[in-house]
Amino acid sequence: MEITWIRAALTLLVGFGLMMSLAAGMSLVERKLSAFIQERHGPNRVGPFGLLQPMADLIKFVFKEEYVPNSVNPLIYKLAPAIAAVPAMMTFAAIPFGFLDGQPLVIANINIGVLYVLAVGSLGIYGIILGGWSSNNKYSLLGGLRASAQMVSYEISLVLSLVAVIAVSGSLNMSEVVAAQDHHWNVFLQPVACLIFLVTMFAETNRHPFDFAECEPELVGGFHTEYAGMRFALFFLGEYIAMVVMSGLMAALFFGGCDVPFLDIADTPWWLGALAMLGKTAFFLLLFVWVRWTLPRFRYDQLMWLGWRVLLPLSLANLAITGLVLALLGPEGGHA
Amino acid sequence: MLATYAPLLAWLALVLAFVVGILALTAWIGRPQAATGKGDPYECGMIPRGDARHRFSVHYYLVAVLFILFDVEALFLILWALKARSLGLVGLVEVGLFLAVLAVGWLHIWRRGGLEWDR
Repeated sequence: MEITWIRAALTLLVGFGLMMSLAAGMSLVERKLSAFIQERHGPNRVGPFGLLQPMADLIKFVFKEEYVPNSVNPLIYKLAPAIAAVPAMMTFAAIPFGFLDGQPLVIANINIGVLYVLAVGSLGIYGIILGGWSSNNKYSLLGGLRASAQMVSYEISLVLSLVAVIAVSGSLNMSEVVAAQDHHWNVFLQPVACLIFLVTMFAETNRHPFDFAECEPELVGGFHTEYAGMRFALFFLGEYIAMVVMSGLMAALFFGGCDVPFLDIADTPWWLGALAMLGKTAFFLLLFVWVRWTLPRFRYDQLMWLGWRVLLPLSLANLAITGLVLALLGPEGGHA
Repeated sequence: MLATYAPLLAWLALVLAFVVGILALTAWIGRPQAATGKGDPYECGMIPRGDARHRFSVHYYLVAVLFILFDVEALFLILWALKARSLGLVGLVEVGLFLAVLAVGWLHIWRRGGLEWDR
């Protein structure tokens, strides 16, 4: 461990600022981009071009009263937003942003990074189902149930698509997976896994076209109908950070992370690598919004149909073919 | 070991401090004010009838059970994937058998209607 304490502390603080600004920026970009798609103006009153809108939102959320409705389970009701937000924030620690002096530029360089993100990330589901159940509102309960059934259904295909990537890279460490993609991104080696991950990442974050957790025309606000103020904002923040993490995973595991096309990772300046990673992440974040305003919502039985009858066998088949190719290549083959 | 996970613990402390801090701040600034009817569940303005703690569709339990089944499978597969290259054809045959058993199970669930949502 040659990483100095100063560097570790700096990474921690910069990482926290980055995570918060990405989530806050995303809340603005979502409104701006959706306004653009619908030929509206979007927020443009607070600051130039509405750039300070997330700040204004934060102040408003803090000043909102913390009301606890009469019929809820107070303890679970108060805890649920934190349970939803904390795991999402925790997973951000494993997203690698490149290499600095040969050491991975990441908040916590854990050797089981992929497994860690999957394990901790799926804890967020507890926040949603507890929030939905404790609200003692029929819509909330339905929203929470739908969200949890949907998330667990797609979780399997998500994990299996990543297992194929792990098999190709031979490591669970995110930075090693990124380093293994020098000049040949996993999206070209594992196009099917990439497609499966793309679909499941929308379902895992409860985003359009799979936003049955909220589903405004049917369920009012879904699991957070009874929430207001900062508690609602924490659910919101958790969802947005989960989107950031999913986009980061997509960029790091399938699109080479900090790898700039036609450059060796070792020769890339660290800031260029970090910018490349940020740019790739930003692209997938924009994709979330783009898809939201382009595709109609699925029906719930269609969602289950897609998850269990299409994505699951597809990911299993992809894994079997990956295994076959790897076994034929032998222990040293394919490591270009 | 500790050096690997120390940043993670620090990160956890930072995240918890943020969440607890902002909840404490808003609890301090935004004190609730009592009003009639505000505490009722919001169900589109209708007067709520009965409790929300109803029984719900058995499908949700079925999905949960199926999830556990296939997620454990995914865990086993991760272990194989890490060594997929060096295990070679022997490992592939073993994992292939494992996958085949699961695929048959999955087909069986499909044939018995376990994957039908609206039935």
